[in-house]
Amino acid sequence: MRILATYNIKGGVGKTSTAVNIGHLAARDGMRVLLWDLDPQGATSFLLRVRPRVKGGGKALIKGRRELDAAIKGTDFDRLDLLPADFTYRNMDLILDSTKKPTERLDRLLRPLADEYDLIVLDCPPGISLLSESVLHAADVLLVPLIPTTLSVRTLDQLSDFIAGFDGHKPTVVAFCSMIDRRKRLHREIAEQLPEERSDVVRTVIPALSLIERMSVERAPVTAFAPRSAAARQYAALWAEVAERGL
Amino acid sequence: MVESFPHDFVLASEDRAPVDVARAALAPRFKVAPAGRPRTVRLTWLDTFDWRLHQAGLTLQHSAGSRAGDYTLTTDDGEQVTAAAKGLRWPALASALPPGPLHDRLQPVTEMRALMPTARASATVRQLRVLNADDKTVAWLTVTGMSLAGKDGTVLAPRLSVTAVRGYQVQADRIAQSLNAAAGVTPAVASPLDDVLAAAGRHPGDYSSKIDVKLTADMPARCALEEVLLWLLGTLEANVPGTIRDTDTEFLHDLRVAVRRTRSAVKLCGDVLAAGVPEAFSGEFKWLGDVTTPIRDLDVYLLGYDEMAAGLLAATPAELEPFHRYLVQRRQIEERELARALRSRRFLDLTRAWRKALAAPAPRRGITAGALAADRISRAHAKVLKRGAAITPDSPPESLHDLRKRCKELRYLLEFFASLYDPAIHQQAVRDLKGLQDCLGEYQDCQVQQHEIRMFAAQMMTQRDVPATALLAMGELASKIARRERRARREFASRFADFSASASQHRFRALTSDAGR
Repeated sequence: MRILATYNIKGGVGKTSTAVNIGHLAARDGMRVLLWDLDPQGATSFLLRVRPRVKGGGKALIKGRRELDAAIKGTDFDRLDLLPADFTYRNMDLILDSTKKPTERLDRLLRPLADEYDLIVLDCPPGISLLSESVLHAADVLLVPLIPTTLSVRTLDQLSDFIAGFDGHKPTVVAFCSMIDRRKRLHREIAEQLPEERSDVVRTVIPALSLIERMSVERAPVTAFAPRSAAARQYAALWAEVAERGL
Repeated sequence: MVESFPHDFVLASEDRAPVDVARAALAPRFKVAPAGRPRTVRLTWLDTFDWRLHQAGLTLQHSAGSRAGDYTLTTDDGEQVTAAAKGLRWPALASALPPGPLHDRLQPVTEMRALMPTARASATVRQLRVLNADDKTVAWLTVTGMSLAGKDGTVLAPRLSVTAVRGYQVQADRIAQSLNAAAGVTPAVASPLDDVLAAAGRHPGDYSSKIDVKLTADMPARCALEEVLLWLLGTLEANVPGTIRDTDTEFLHDLRVAVRRTRSAVKLCGDVLAAGVPEAFSGEFKWLGDVTTPIRDLDVYLLGYDEMAAGLLAATPAELEPFHRYLVQRRQIEERELARALRSRRFLDLTRAWRKALAAPAPRRGITAGALAADRISRAHAKVLKRGAAITPDSPPESLHDLRKRCKELRYLLEFFASLYDPAIHQQAVRDLKGLQDCLGEYQDCQVQQHEIRMFAAQMMTQRDVPATALLAMGELASKIARRERRARREFASRFADFSASASQHRFRALTSDAGR
């Protein structure tokens, strides 16, 4: 079982769309996938038509396997399950802080799911917190959507430096340019240069397309409701590159 | 126990489409939407000839033409194990399945018995989604219309099954409740396999090697014995095709047991049959027993071969391989001989004449079944006690072999007349006897196997170049068998003491008196 987390310190960069589409593509390829919507806003849960509510909240989930099992919901797609968001996740740092070795907690919780799932996708809220630190320790691959701006590249550096300081297990960082506006020269330039200059940035880019925004209307992955669209093709190319790099 | 299928239903009306029936039943809380096109699949259910999967609460279904796993094993709790495998031909042992969870679940249940088709049907499967207010699928409805495979083609009423999407069990239960209350929908009381078998005039567990006749104590003894013998003839005949085709080793085993039981019944109780019958048939049944012996002896070796080879200390399993090849070749020769005998006019005449002899009108008067059973069981029991008590540590092996045969006769009598007795007392008496039989059986098997292994070695030497290492490995096997034989011989005294203890004697006395009925 591999754990993939979509993460960025910044918000609104396309983490949720990436998590949902990558999760769907992996399941379509035959993997048994669990998607955990760790963001209390519950966008992933909304997109998959699952109510963002967990019995006992985040506190119950962090306790153990049984509570985790009971909270998992099947989605409308074969082999793709969801652990929904819950509003109590906003207090996840406090919940984790009350456990022993909080940064290892998520990893210890998820590893026993290996008999049931081939891939776990964690959709993380933005920011640097105890939860995100716990995610970074648990993940095998960190999938980082980047808006192609100088500031975004700076955050990627900060993230890489932070991970470099870990003892032992370190996730493989796979960054990609997200929400690219082709009309903006800066976007185009950075999207072309970055993969040349940095080995942790892949070539595939996800453009800012209205069809991706439409996911919130269709409440389904774009790879499911428009599988032949340019958006779906880009996500498939991204999934292929991610799989090649670290899965 | 009545089986229940709380999420399975039968659709009674053929006027309305299943999707309309479901929509009407589930509105307004849930919506129903078709999912994909209907699929036509060929369904085959598999089990061993003696229904081992059914007895273990398992159902194995193969579906050809489906997108899902080709083989699905379902437990009574609804747990499913699937595996995709193409090109398998049944009957075959579970080991024919590719390695994986399905193989691992089946192997310990089926052991040496082959899986074979028990029922076949053609099915049209249509799936419907049940959606909640968010248009989220919370359950699947599967509508299955089945018809029997073959010329008959009997059409069964369509079934409707509710399957919860993970995390939506409460909603699925609610959907099942709504369907249960709907017009034209009735709860299913049998599994799809049971329905198909019933339509084909069969039922699960319709073969067992156990004697299952219902006798009464006051029925004429001859009628009772004839019922037992007809049952045994049925068992014998049921196992002939599987033995001829060599489907698995247990067809021959059950056939041999039926022959042995028949011979014992004729020997021990034949005096109540029509005059001349025992004399006319005992020789023929001896012939039948004899023709089946060589191959069974080889089967015993082959069935235990892996364990024997793994237990070698000085030799390696590879060094024993020539012995394995020899056993397999000998078995092929013996198998052909046996198949010839079972297809012969002599065998057909025997079974036909035997059935006719057993169907002859019986006199209404004479000894009753209860009296016959009590008399023969107490005599056989007394014989076992007397001969067993005479055995000392210095007694020759023949005395133990003789006792083993007497024990077997007593056991068969207990089986023939089981339906006359209180099951609790009867089962305990059988358990008392079994302890002694196991010890004597082990002793006898070890003696026979040692004799045979020497004989096999001698034959192998005459046939071809045999590596010395193979003979040495066989020597090690023989020495292991000799050690087992000695252990069994040492255990005999305590096993016989248990059997002859007053508690056991009391049980046998109770069994053959009125108290045991």
